[in-house]
Amino acid sequence: MNLTLHVWRQPAADEPGSMQTYEAPDVSPDMSFLEMLDVVNERLIAKGEDPIAFDHDCREGICGTCGLVINGVAHGPERATTTCQLHMRKFKDGDEIWIEPWRVGAFPVLKDLVVDRNTLDAIIQAGGYISVNTGSAPEAHSVPVPKDAADDAFVSAACISCGACAAACPNASAMLFTAAKVTHLGLLPQGQPERAGRVRAMVSAMDDAGFGSCTNIGECSAVCPKEIPLETITRLNADLLASSRRR
Amino acid sequence: MTSTLTAPAPTTPLRTSIGKKAVMAVTGFVMIGFVVAHMLGNLKFFLGAAHFDEYAEFLRRVGEPLVGHSWLLWGLRGALLLSVILHMWAAWSLTRQSRLARPVRYAHTDRIQSTYASRTMRWGGVILLLFIVYHLLHMTVGTVHPDFHHGAVYENAIAGFQVPIVTIAYTVAMVALGLHLFHGFWSAFQSLGRNNKRLDTPLRTVSWILAVVLVVGFLSVPWAVMFGVRP
Amino acid sequence: MSFTDLRWTEGERVLDAGAPGGPIEDAWDAHRFELKLVNPANRRKYTVIVVGTGLAGASAAASLGELGYNVKAFCYQDSPRRAHSIAAQGGINAAKNYRNDGDSIYRLFYDTVKGGDFRARERNVYRLAQLSVEIIDQCVAQGVPFAREYGGLLDTRSFGGAQVSRTFYARGQTGQQLLLGAYQALERQIAAGTVEMNERTEMLELIVVDGRARGIVTRDMVTGAIEVHMGDAVVLGTGGYGNVFFLSTNAKGCNTTAIWRAHRKGALFGNPCFTQIHPTCIPVSGEHQSKLTLMSESLRNDGRVWVPKKRGDDRSPDQIPEEDRDYYLERRYPSFGNLVPRDVASRAAKAVCDEGRGVGPGGLGVYLDFSAAIGRLGEDAIRERYGNLFDMYERITGENPYQVPMRIYPAVHYTMGGLWVDYDLQSTIPGLFVIGEANFSDHGANRLGASALMQGLADGYFVLPSTISSYLASAPKTNAMADHPAAVAAVADVRTRVDQLLGARGSRTVDSFHRELGRVMWDYCGMGRNEEGLRKALDRIPELREEYWRDVRVLGTNEELNQSLEKAGRVADFFELAELMCVDALHRTESCGGHFREESQTPEGEAQRDDERFSYVAAWEFAGVGAPPVLQKEPLTFDYVHPAQRSYQ
Ligand SMILES: Cc1cc2nc3c(=O)[nH]c(=O)nc-3n(C[C@H](O)[C@H](O)[C@H](O)COP(=O)(O)OP(=O)(O)OC[C@H]3O[C@@H](n4cnc5c(N)ncnc54)[C@H](O)[C@@H]3O)c2cc1C
Ligand code: HEM
Ligand code: HEM
Ligand code: SF4
Ligand code: F3S
Ligand code: FES
Repeated sequence: MNLTLHVWRQPAADEPGSMQTYEAPDVSPDMSFLEMLDVVNERLIAKGEDPIAFDHDCREGICGTCGLVINGVAHGPERATTTCQLHMRKFKDGDEIWIEPWRVGAFPVLKDLVVDRNTLDAIIQAGGYISVNTGSAPEAHSVPVPKDAADDAFVSAACISCGACAAACPNASAMLFTAAKVTHLGLLPQGQPERAGRVRAMVSAMDDAGFGSCTNIGECSAVCPKEIPLETITRLNADLLASSRRR
Repeated sequence: MTSTLTAPAPTTPLRTSIGKKAVMAVTGFVMIGFVVAHMLGNLKFFLGAAHFDEYAEFLRRVGEPLVGHSWLLWGLRGALLLSVILHMWAAWSLTRQSRLARPVRYAHTDRIQSTYASRTMRWGGVILLLFIVYHLLHMTVGTVHPDFHHGAVYENAIAGFQVPIVTIAYTVAMVALGLHLFHGFWSAFQSLGRNNKRLDTPLRTVSWILAVVLVVGFLSVPWAVMFGVRP
Repeated sequence: MSFTDLRWTEGERVLDAGAPGGPIEDAWDAHRFELKLVNPANRRKYTVIVVGTGLAGASAAASLGELGYNVKAFCYQDSPRRAHSIAAQGGINAAKNYRNDGDSIYRLFYDTVKGGDFRARERNVYRLAQLSVEIIDQCVAQGVPFAREYGGLLDTRSFGGAQVSRTFYARGQTGQQLLLGAYQALERQIAAGTVEMNERTEMLELIVVDGRARGIVTRDMVTGAIEVHMGDAVVLGTGGYGNVFFLSTNAKGCNTTAIWRAHRKGALFGNPCFTQIHPTCIPVSGEHQSKLTLMSESLRNDGRVWVPKKRGDDRSPDQIPEEDRDYYLERRYPSFGNLVPRDVASRAAKAVCDEGRGVGPGGLGVYLDFSAAIGRLGEDAIRERYGNLFDMYERITGENPYQVPMRIYPAVHYTMGGLWVDYDLQSTIPGLFVIGEANFSDHGANRLGASALMQGLADGYFVLPSTISSYLASAPKTNAMADHPAAVAAVADVRTRVDQLLGARGSRTVDSFHRELGRVMWDYCGMGRNEEGLRKALDRIPELREEYWRDVRVLGTNEELNQSLEKAGRVADFFELAELMCVDALHRTESCGGHFREESQTPEGEAQRDDERFSYVAAWEFAGVGAPPVLQKEPLTFDYVHPAQRSYQ
């Protein structure tokens, strides 16, 4: 099939960018979206033009490196699917496709479709861990964890830090990410001692990083490739408001 | 030296975006309480001028002789005013935070989840603010209306709503209120961390009903007047 | 045939791993007591450079930070949490024996040595099995959400044909959950200021001062800045080099550059040809293919592998009646059936496809059929077990595996080879330590499922922090600065390479060369290897390499985010590595584990070891680009597990 792409091109962080149009002839429906871009790039290089820069690594939907806003939707049209796992059979011959980077102030564009997501690491640094030095761990079975708590914790732990939630949020809020991280640890017995301080520190880190505020719109959870449920955000809110009572 | 972290900086929850959101929710609830009562009170309109004026008068009398004339009303007004101010303060500061958070807009956007109501909370809020100001001048202070008589609430209402443009204005405002609460009521539970899997659908239904009831209830009066329905 | 060959020369070094003697059970404890310690007050004064923040690197960097060393960590991704360890699906082994099914440290040790086809170092493997137990404790304390049973205790499953149930897992995401644990520990140290994290920074050269590893040269992948980082020791946890085949289950960025640069600087390379081919991957769908996706091995527990009996039978699978189907694994290996080890299953698949009985595009695929299991257990039970895998399969192929059988084909998955290290994980360059998949590792000629995560974490959390301290305590302290001649020279080398790549301005893209190299490697140094093919490859690769340097087209400049340039540097190193892999495969005329020399098989067509001549680790010494490498040896002795022919019939 033949496609027309409108792609955001920006030479560098400090230079202005714009949408450019490219033709993508004879695309195979078996290609992944990124393989389609690979082919476009091979042609650009042949023509001596700068290839389109985009982030990716595992191409298996787990590392969270890839991430494009495709036709206005973070990670594209297929639900619960990362950009790298999206395949061209989801598109039709003659389609026009709009490809943009995550547009979040806290994720400055480095080049073309590549953004800097270190602000997500900053939120973890603020307290997204359990303080246990290597070697100081008790025998694994000394702390049983109720299966449902373990399962719920896992649902949150599935977050791959792709940032699509913030990209899709009309407020550019990273609430779903932060909620996922906070609840993962907050639901486990091991996470209790630091729970109150952790949630406060991580939420203020999120605010300081320059993300927007959540107004419960729900786009985030809808685009989340790991389907982190919206209720995770309620849990975060409850945790934070309760944290004033806990020390 | 081994490195163990000093406990994270103790930020007071209310200073965070989530804290401000809770303020919106709580003040929101106060205002919801008021509008519900207010709407019910307004229905007395259909019992005729006497009842309606009496009701307005009652608002001022309640609490006597325990407290002075209009005290309770003023208390109520104070609470409302505070709520509106806090609500607006939070709305303003959160809206500002979110505006700054996306300096460059998308060239092409598509929404797969959000409702119209959820995306128009801010404009809805602004409309409500304008309405409240206008409404007070109209019904309570009376400055926007030539033949306004203090205490003659019924007459004032009739006089006011016979002017179609006024009724239109009220209608717009009430629709805005409905939308605001259709998202707001559910959203407030979410913000306060009181929502969950079981509650979610019921809450959304209640929001829906609340919005419709309020809009219909409130609008019954102006439209009745406009179409000359009188008790 | 003569044991030497113009393709390589024999050295006379006999490598000593420095493993302690005595009873194997006490070896590690005894050794740890021998190791020197660094006074806590002085640790801050030591700078340790850790390249790579996967399971091995992140766990090492975090643990060293906790001890109080001044750590500088590097990774090429935008965050340490994205390292390729994240992709591990199946699980991690540990000899906890929670199931009371007869598992023990000794059994895990035994299984690993046997599974590795007797080409691993016994004492390392035993230590690995011992530490496996502590790994689970550490991860659970960090909040890793392992699967649990209703009683709240940890669940385990049996994996990769193991007789005991010793694999701990977290749905299909064990790697991600373990890495998040290590990553969070690392971020904690970053916040504490003990670790300085450098993301999007690629190591391009090792700096050796007076025979000791003292620093690295890096390129900032955003600005192109080429920088020197000096330290008291360098740790490489840079992962595997499966991408030399272009198509593999590895992440696109996985590369050999870090360890290859170290190899060129004098670190010996152990068993480079030992590659693991995973039997259950989604087949290639066309020329555009950029990587291959693994389908967890657990699928073989319920799926039946078959191909049509007749060659070129192109009926759709449901049209092929039972009597025309060949369930070749069940036929050839009655006792293990579909659960034979990876290398065996992979070769069997290749064999039937070579006979022209393969299915799907290009006849490169076999069926993995769940209809029997669905009939027996019902579709819901299968969805319950493999739902996410089936969804992934459908996303990629557009076929619904509940209705039509899956098509699978083997793909390059893991590299057992890597830089040679002694018992302390130190390479032949003093002060250069290598951990995780990057070292030649404890897996011998074939890695058991769920053992790589175990090894990466054992190295990073427990082994390296002890052994490196001892090195730091005894090594002379230098204050070599970035202006040291060795550093200046290293920077110059990097610049010249970058300029050459950018300067060629040729006609072919980096990927087109990489694909071609991958094809050569897959055809001649893949699942089945023979002298003729390997010699062909050894003729072709140098030609291709020269053509590459002459004709590659890399646009743009160094001073920008330039993804073609990044790839170009990595592929350049793959060319040199590929040659060494073929030489190693050529010299090892036996078959063992993942290395199958067609000349050396049993009458049943199984791998035939030659312990007489090859019971050693081949550790190769670099002698210049294109020059025959020098073969050094570490003889292997087996005091506990006695070599026997593996049989799964
Ligand atoms: C699809 C798949 C599934 C797997 N499943 C399992 C399983 O179920 N069980 C199991 O035990 N094993 C499994 N494995 C194997 C296991 O995941 C890996 O062997 C292991 O995670 C390697 O960890 P590592 O830390 O050594 O390297 P990696 O996790 O690959 O980390 C490499 C690090 O080095 C950095 N790096 C590399 N080169 C450079 C450079 N030049 N400069 C700077 N930084 C650099 C990278 O940024 C990264 O941080 C699987 C592997 C794959 C591919
Ligand atoms: C069509 C709908 C409405 C009608 C007919 C109506 C009617 C009135 C009347 C008659 C009064 C004067 C009562 C008195 O002076 O004793 C009044 C007062 C008031 N109304 Fe409404 N109202 C409507 C909607 C609203 C809404 C939606 C709000 C809030 C969002 C609101 C807020 C108020 C306030 C704050 C006062 C002043 C109460 C006081 O302090 O005296 N009204 N309204
Ligand atoms: C005075 C003018 C008003 C302004 C400027 C305003 C603005 C806003 C804004 C911006 C929000 C945030 C959107 C969101 O969080 O989803 C909001 C939420 C809300 N508003 Fe208002 N509003 C106003 C009046 C009202 C009134 C009169 C009511 C009730 C009758 C009300 C009830 C609510 C509720 C319940 C919420 C949800 C709070 C939450 O989600 O936590 N608001 N308002
Ligand atoms: S919550 Fe979902 S969308 Fe957000 S970062 Fe995690 S995985 Fe991505
Ligand atoms: S879309 Fe945004 S507003 Fe909240 S619910 Fe999700 S973060
Ligand atoms: S590239 Fe790893 S998730 Fe898409």
